[in-house]
Amino acid sequence: MGKATVIPFGPQHPVLPEPLHLDLVVQDETVIDCLPQIGFVHRGLEKLVETRDYDQFIYVAERICGICAMGHSLGYAETVEDLMGVEVPKRGEYLRVIWHELSRIHSHLLWLGLAADAFGFESLFMHCWRLRERILDIFEKTTGGRVILSVVCVGGVRRDIEDTELAAICQTLEGIKAEYQQIMDTLLTDISVKDRTVGVGVLTHDQAVALSMVGPFARASNVPYDVRTFGRGAYGDLTDFAPITSDEGDCYARVKVRCQEVLQSIGIIEELAAKIPAGDISVKVKGNPEPGARAANVLEQPRGECYYYAQGNGTKFLERMRMRTPTSQNLAGMVEALKGCDLADVNMIILTIDPCISCTER
Amino acid sequence: MAYSGKSPWVIHYDGSSCNGCDIEVLATLCPGFDGERFGVVNTGNPKHADIFLVTGSVNEQNIDVVKQIYEQMVEPKVVVACGICACSGGIFHDCYNVIGGVDQAIPVDVYAPGCAVRPETLIDAIVAGVAALDEKAEALARAKKERG
Repeated sequence: MGKATVIPFGPQHPVLPEPLHLDLVVQDETVIDCLPQIGFVHRGLEKLVETRDYDQFIYVAERICGICAMGHSLGYAETVEDLMGVEVPKRGEYLRVIWHELSRIHSHLLWLGLAADAFGFESLFMHCWRLRERILDIFEKTTGGRVILSVVCVGGVRRDIEDTELAAICQTLEGIKAEYQQIMDTLLTDISVKDRTVGVGVLTHDQAVALSMVGPFARASNVPYDVRTFGRGAYGDLTDFAPITSDEGDCYARVKVRCQEVLQSIGIIEELAAKIPAGDISVKVKGNPEPGARAANVLEQPRGECYYYAQGNGTKFLERMRMRTPTSQNLAGMVEALKGCDLADVNMIILTIDPCISCTER
Repeated sequence: MAYSGKSPWVIHYDGSSCNGCDIEVLATLCPGFDGERFGVVNTGNPKHADIFLVTGSVNEQNIDVVKQIYEQMVEPKVVVACGICACSGGIFHDCYNVIGGVDQAIPVDVYAPGCAVRPETLIDAIVAGVAALDEKAEALARAKKERG
C-alpha cells in the first residue's frame, strides 16, 4: 500500500457543470476518504424575503436553481398558499403538475446525458440533449421560457394550456417515447456502459435509511420514498402511483430508476391531460400572511424531497423562508459511496447523485 | 488567415449562477443549436481555451477561481459574461454574498444578457467574441513585430 495522497477535485472540472470541491484522500488508486467543500454558489437569497414581498419572491424562488426552476416556484407557492389558506382551482393544480412533470423529464434527460458524458459516451450525451430540446420546445410554446418558466403564481398559474395544445403535448411525448427507448436500451443493456456502472459506488438499503437519503438516489437503494405518493394537488387524482425502486444500490440502479421515471412522468402527464377539469386557473390572493403563521411543505423535485418552511409577520414580507434541498441530503450518501471506490469511478459516482449545487447553497 | 480561422475553443465556469445559464451554455453546443458547426468546442482545460464563458456573479469564495482560470488561459483570450447575473448581478445584485458582475474580477469583452440567457444570444456573443479575439491576435502580432 502506498502513502495516502490528497487529490483536489473541482471546483472547475470538465465533468462538473457546477462548482463543487472535493478533497479525495487516495491510496494507490483507491479513494479512502472524501471531504466535500461547498460555498462557491452561495448567494444568500433566503434573506431576500425581507426585501421582496411574498408575491415577488416567487421569481427569486424560481432562480434558486435553473434545472428545478418549476419545482421551486411550485414548492414556494404551495407553502405560501398554506400560510394564507388559499385554495387553488383544480385546473390550476393540474397544470402545475403537468409542467412539473415535464420539467422532471427535462431534468432526467439532462442528467442521463451528463452521466453518459461522465463515462465518455459523447454521442449518447448529444442524443439525450437532442431529445430534451423537444421538451424545452413544449415549455417555450406554453410559457415563453425555456428553462425559467415564470408560470406559477401564488393562487394558481399565470397561463392556461388549451385542450388542443394539451393533446399536441401528449402527441409529442408519444413521439419521443420510441427514440427514448433506444437511449434507454443503450444505457441499460450496452456492455461497455454496464462496465462503468454495475457494482460501482454501492450504497446499501441500511446506509440509505441511516443517512436519510432522498429521491432517485434512495429509491435505487430500495427505499420506496416518494413525496408524490402523499397526493398533494393533482397527484391525489392519479389512479395508481407507486415509486420506482431498485435494490442493487449501485450506479446502474440509479441510472435505471431515473430512466424509468421519465416513462412514469410521461404516463402521469397523459393521464392528467385526459382528465383535466375545465374552470379557472387561479384565484386572486388578497391580504398578507398573519403574524406568527407558519407553514411547512414537501415537494418531490427531480432530485428528491425538498422541504419548504415559511413564516409570516403580518406585512407583505415574510418573516422567514427556509428550504432544505435534496442534494444537501444526498451529499452525505455520496461521501459514503465514494469511500473505497476506484479513482476512475469518482466522476460516475458524483454524477449519479445528480448533484445540484446551486439548490444546496442557494 | 485571421486568427479565428482556427476553431474557437471555449471553457465554461459556473460562478454563482442558478444553473439556468449553465444548461443553456451546454445546450448551445448540443444538437438543436449546434454551436459546433461554427467550430466551437467545449474544453475543460483553460490552457486550450480561447473564449471564457462565465455564468453567474462573483462572490468572495469563487472570485479567486475565476481569476485563476482567466490567468491560466493563453493570450489572446476573450471573456464572455453569460446571463444577466454575470453582467451585473441580476436579480441577486443586492444579496449579501454577491460582489457583482464578472467584470469586478476580470476584464469582460462581451456581455450576453438574459435570464436565463438564450442560446441564440450566446451564439451571437461567441461570434462577437471571435471578432474581439481576432483584434487581440492582430494587436499581439503587431507588438511582436515592433519588438523585432
